[in-house]
Amino acid sequence: MSSTSNPLLEAKGITKYFGTITALENVNLKVHAGECLGVVGDNGAGKSTLMKVLSGLYKPSAGSLFFQGKEETLESPRDSQNLGLEMVYQDLALAGNLPIGENIFLGREPTKNLGFLKLLDFNKIKELTNAHLDKLKINVKSADQKVEELSGGQRQAVAIARSTAFNAKVVIMDEPTAALAIKEVGKVLDLINSLKKTGVGVIVISHRMDDIFTVCDRVMALFQGTNFAESTLSNTSRDEVIGWIMGKK
Amino acid sequence: MEDKDKKIESLHLKLIPYFEKYGILLLLVLMILVMHILQPDVFLSWRNVTNVFKQISWQSMLALGVFMVIVTAGIDLSVGSIMMLSLMILAVVAKAGAPWFIVVLTPLIAGFLCGLFNGLGITLLRMPHPFIMTLGTLYIFRGAGNLISGGTPISGFTDEVRYLGHGRIDLQWLGLEKSQYLPVSLVLIAIVYIIFWIFLNKSKTGKWIYAIGGNPNAARASGINVNKILIIVYSLCGFLSGIGALILAGRTDSGYPNAGLQSELDAIAACIIGGASFFGGRGTVLGVFAGVMIMGILRNGLNLMDVSSFWQQVLIGSIIVLAVYIDVLRRDIGTRK
Repeated sequence: MSSTSNPLLEAKGITKYFGTITALENVNLKVHAGECLGVVGDNGAGKSTLMKVLSGLYKPSAGSLFFQGKEETLESPRDSQNLGLEMVYQDLALAGNLPIGENIFLGREPTKNLGFLKLLDFNKIKELTNAHLDKLKINVKSADQKVEELSGGQRQAVAIARSTAFNAKVVIMDEPTAALAIKEVGKVLDLINSLKKTGVGVIVISHRMDDIFTVCDRVMALFQGTNFAESTLSNTSRDEVIGWIMGKK
Repeated sequence: MEDKDKKIESLHLKLIPYFEKYGILLLLVLMILVMHILQPDVFLSWRNVTNVFKQISWQSMLALGVFMVIVTAGIDLSVGSIMMLSLMILAVVAKAGAPWFIVVLTPLIAGFLCGLFNGLGITLLRMPHPFIMTLGTLYIFRGAGNLISGGTPISGFTDEVRYLGHGRIDLQWLGLEKSQYLPVSLVLIAIVYIIFWIFLNKSKTGKWIYAIGGNPNAARASGINVNKILIIVYSLCGFLSGIGALILAGRTDSGYPNAGLQSELDAIAACIIGGASFFGGRGTVLGVFAGVMIMGILRNGLNLMDVSSFWQQVLIGSIIVLAVYIDVLRRDIGTRK
């Protein structure tokens, strides 16, 4: 949480045009290891565009990204994943027909060789899944449960587990509690807190002041595609942050 | 009262996976029993059982191909036409006097290329749904088949070409009679189904095929090249239709313009009866096999009992509707909302 050390991820002067529309203009952002940054802003303020730039889905029109102090160009989401930058999408991007373990390792499945055949190693998937879920203190009946049988909160937990299964250093979460029942929100926020303890930098985009004020250390507001305000949590209040979202200081 | 409801619910939840996996086999066994009771002398005779397997041999290939496509939440309406075109190419090449090993390869290559054409069309031309692309190629491939053959049957292939569809494995060394042989096509079905079972359940690509059917966005976000996998799936579907053409060439000793007419619908029906879901991501290779068997046994049994083929149509149609209704119920119970 020390803001004196180098940030894990830093974006400088990010600008993004879509044709004649300016979605982002000269936006700066940084997050440290073990820190949670909250990003707030009204609809259309540029939150999603900024996150898509960070995850490599969009190429910025101008500006640069630094990961652990080194400048990086992201050509695709694969590039950002390889750096240790993971995204948890609002729609969670899970395949409901597959078990938890296979979702967590989807696209990066461990395999074993059987003669000339390369077959999926289901035992290893199960083993790694259980170990990983234990580490994050996520409770499910079994790693073999299909995702469609899980509750919204459990699905969100699986999505977060998925994003951290490959030594993620920064996890970006888009509205992690938006679709959840109230009693499940707390569990997901606990999970974010335990992620921070493992040294992961977390960026949370959220409309919910409760979320921001429970897990974040710092909050920044975007307004019409620009940096509008930023503060550590201890130096601000809910009312002030809500004011920022509406463009009032 | 609430406790009781909960118990019933949890019992349901426990039974669903087994029902989903083996329910269709239960139906198959039930049908075999009923047929055996109705036709005790004939139905389970060696001759009739091998007949059923010979009759379903080429359909089972089309169904397996269409099944993979349905798992991705797609559809392939062109498999019957792919089979016909592959068969016609085989016939023309055979009549031109090509050696048998080339004749045998032609339908496989032709089928694969037809499937590749479908896959490329669906992905590169960004067709709104595979239904449209494969509806187009349903006409294109059949038209092409008639163009190269002149729209007339071409008959007479060598024994080597006919081996897979017509060959017999003698079992006299086991002390059985000469009439109790094993059709080569039955062995072929077994081998192909086992290979594809391993492919779909144990390989990365197979797992990704299911993932695409479950949620294509999840597959994309996981770095899976969805278009590439779809092209592979449609190509394999075409390849299997090509195997179907080779079997049919053996069985009928002829390439004929009506080959495989409407067989795409039989293939889809077998998948649906076998528990594949049109919504994608659901279904098993074993289920498809059961679906093909159920349709084969239904036709065979009704023929044995001299029931009119019009009634067969009515019955098969009813089974499709019933099977899909079960699929709907299964989704209602199995998925949390």
